Amino acid sequence: MTAPRKARVATVSLAGCFGCHMALLDIDLRLVELLKHVEFDRSPLNDLKHFTQRCDIGIIEGGCCNEENVHVLQDFRRNCDVLIALGQCAITGGLPAMRNAIMHSDDPLRECLEEAYVLSPYVENATHVIPNDPALPLLLDKVYPCSAVVKIDHQIPGCAPSGDIIYETLVQLLAGKFEGFDPHIVHFD
Amino acid sequence: MNGQADHQADAIAAVAEEAAAATGHDRHRLLDMLLAIQERCRWIPPAAVERLAASLGLTPVFIRGVASFYSFLSLEPKGKVIIRLCDDIIDRHAGLDAVLAAVTDELGISAGETTADGAVSLEVTPCIGLCDQAPAAMVNDIVLTSLTPETARHAARHLKAGKPLHDLVSPHFAGLTPQQRVHAQVASNIRAPGAVLLGEVPREAGLRRAATMEPRAIIAAIIASGLRGCGGAGFATGRKWEMAAREEASRRVVICNADEGEPGTFKDRVLLTERPHLLFEGMTIAARAIGAAEGILYLRGEYVYLRDHLEAVLAERRAAGLLGHAILGCGGFDFDIRLQLGAGAYVCGEEGALISSCEGLRGEPKTRPPFPVQRGYLGFPTVVNNVETLCHAARILDLGPDWYFAMGTAGSHGTKLFSVSGDCRAPGVYELPYGITVGELLALAGAEDAAAVQVGGPSGVMIGRDSFHRRLGFDDLATGGAIIVFNGSRNILEIVDYYLAFFVHESCGYCTPCRVGNVFLRQAIAKFRHGHASAEDVEELRTLSATIIETSRCGLGTTSPNPVLSTLSHFPLVYAAVTRPAQDGQQASFDIQSAIETARGIARRRSFVYDRDFSQ
Repeated sequence: MTAPRKARVATVSLAGCFGCHMALLDIDLRLVELLKHVEFDRSPLNDLKHFTQRCDIGIIEGGCCNEENVHVLQDFRRNCDVLIALGQCAITGGLPAMRNAIMHSDDPLRECLEEAYVLSPYVENATHVIPNDPALPLLLDKVYPCSAVVKIDHQIPGCAPSGDIIYETLVQLLAGKFEGFDPHIVHFD
Repeated sequence: MNGQADHQADAIAAVAEEAAAATGHDRHRLLDMLLAIQERCRWIPPAAVERLAASLGLTPVFIRGVASFYSFLSLEPKGKVIIRLCDDIIDRHAGLDAVLAAVTDELGISAGETTADGAVSLEVTPCIGLCDQAPAAMVNDIVLTSLTPETARHAARHLKAGKPLHDLVSPHFAGLTPQQRVHAQVASNIRAPGAVLLGEVPREAGLRRAATMEPRAIIAAIIASGLRGCGGAGFATGRKWEMAAREEASRRVVICNADEGEPGTFKDRVLLTERPHLLFEGMTIAARAIGAAEGILYLRGEYVYLRDHLEAVLAERRAAGLLGHAILGCGGFDFDIRLQLGAGAYVCGEEGALISSCEGLRGEPKTRPPFPVQRGYLGFPTVVNNVETLCHAARILDLGPDWYFAMGTAGSHGTKLFSVSGDCRAPGVYELPYGITVGELLALAGAEDAAAVQVGGPSGVMIGRDSFHRRLGFDDLATGGAIIVFNGSRNILEIVDYYLAFFVHESCGYCTPCRVGNVFLRQAIAKFRHGHASAEDVEELRTLSATIIETSRCGLGTTSPNPVLSTLSHFPLVYAAVTRPAQDGQQASFDIQSAIETARGIARRRSFVYDRDFSQ
């Protein structure tokens, strides 16, 4: 008799701060327990840059602020059965989406870049130009939550969500029992 | 140069001071003062704000806050004449585009602009209560109806040349009585006079009866008649009066709500034109019933053309001893009515917002409880009734509650005025007993090819042919009176989108779910219209609607998702026809090409990922 197949999990951080991945590691010793049931495919945790095969679960940290984010997210959607948006940036755009608030400008993206790289008094940029290396992905006109780009199956809110919540959710998902959160644990403070 | 500017500022301050003095420097009459300044200066100049602030002991920012709330008050200079084309969905269907094109072509400006010489401003405005003679327009204090591109062009040319505005109505305008002036501008279009309001109505019969009755007996008669509010909500009128009468208070107030802003409703316009005496009679009876000495008629800004007519009727009644001290010779029966003009805010039809507006505040709804019957205008018990309700009350006093109770259905007694507009041969006002079916009304109005009917305006429900057997009344399809007919060639989603745009514009902004949620709702509908929606988006519409309804404090937010919800339940195929399953889990509404277009321009290069010819 063979052991039951382990679930394959892929993770990625798009326009996020890696805080959600830190929170994922924050499940501590339970990580050992978890690894009995899952194996990681493409993820910054094992530095795999491409999918090796189709995955059961894809965990997305961060929203989409540039074309590469969109490309990666679409790739995740194509290669994962279930997509989870982990944390506030993936769900709503989060902190990077503050630039969406530049509304009353004819050219909000340029205004944002100029403020960040040229005009702000705290910028140390001797060239006084906006960085434009061909290797830099093009920015999107605004920051999009993941659900605006692809279909998202589940959301785990929080900034960052606690390790306990992440662990509980994954365990329930793997057991096929996850039915959303108790409203009492979802709150804003 | 400076001297001239000072002189101008002094002149403006003098106008402001005169406006303040006209109301006895009563800060609760701030809206009247702002309207007077707007009328004289064609805007609210900073010098006027400063002067009002000093004169009334208010801050300039407070006054600007009030002025900025109302569409018809402007903190920027406007032309001597403001043309406001009615931009209701009915007007659009009736050819607004061609009319607007003719006017913009003639004036050389587009909507929202003013001609260089400051002669004419052009604006569009939501429903002005003339859907039965669309396309229509307000021009300062007159209205133009049944416009064609030719008549609109003629009017624009006339105004651009600076010719007298009133000549557009009649060359003999000055010689007409106020009522003749109203009739020269607007047809009442009474299609079916009923037993209560639009048939033969004897003058003051109800009031004479009421003057001999104890207040308690008047209230008992109204309760026994089964009369319910005709503005839409249908609260029992007698109960409302009883509650106001029961409060301990030194003053009580009767307010008539003539802020008929629900798109597609114009029945009150007809009553104000044809039955003003009956309305004031009803208000006077209400005053006797609850013990009020002061009354306010809140007339929506769009009906400014009725102002002189109504003032003339009030003056006539004062002269005849029907208003003022000891009405009809009854000692202690004192009551008078002032006319409060609104300034273009739909939400002021909500009674709390209406009271705020009368108090010289921004027209924002109040938190309930306390209800207006407990603490309303300036904190005193206040009865706010619709125009039609008060007219009914006067008739009930004349002919008795039993006569009224016998008409209609079990839950809705008496008759109701229906304003029918849209795709029908005989748009206008129909007075019919409650309980008539939608189909019967459509047959009367000549709307054989009706495919959808919006009952009760945007905040009501839209029904299809399979529901035309349903009955109008509080037992089945409740309505404040608007019946908007659409034939099979109309695009349901376009109508829904228009109504959402209306609510987005008219939300007062106090509750975030209403201010923001309606914008989201409109974006979600746009997704359907572009064919980018999937089945999950239908669920999203329902969730968002539920949130807006549950978390808004006044009737605007609790009904604004109705165009979506009622079309979802009555026209599910319209939505099904434009939804597709999401392909590959990708959102069809996300367009990467337009999302990176700006960045391409800034970086002056193509996308490595999304442009095939990156190397070129």
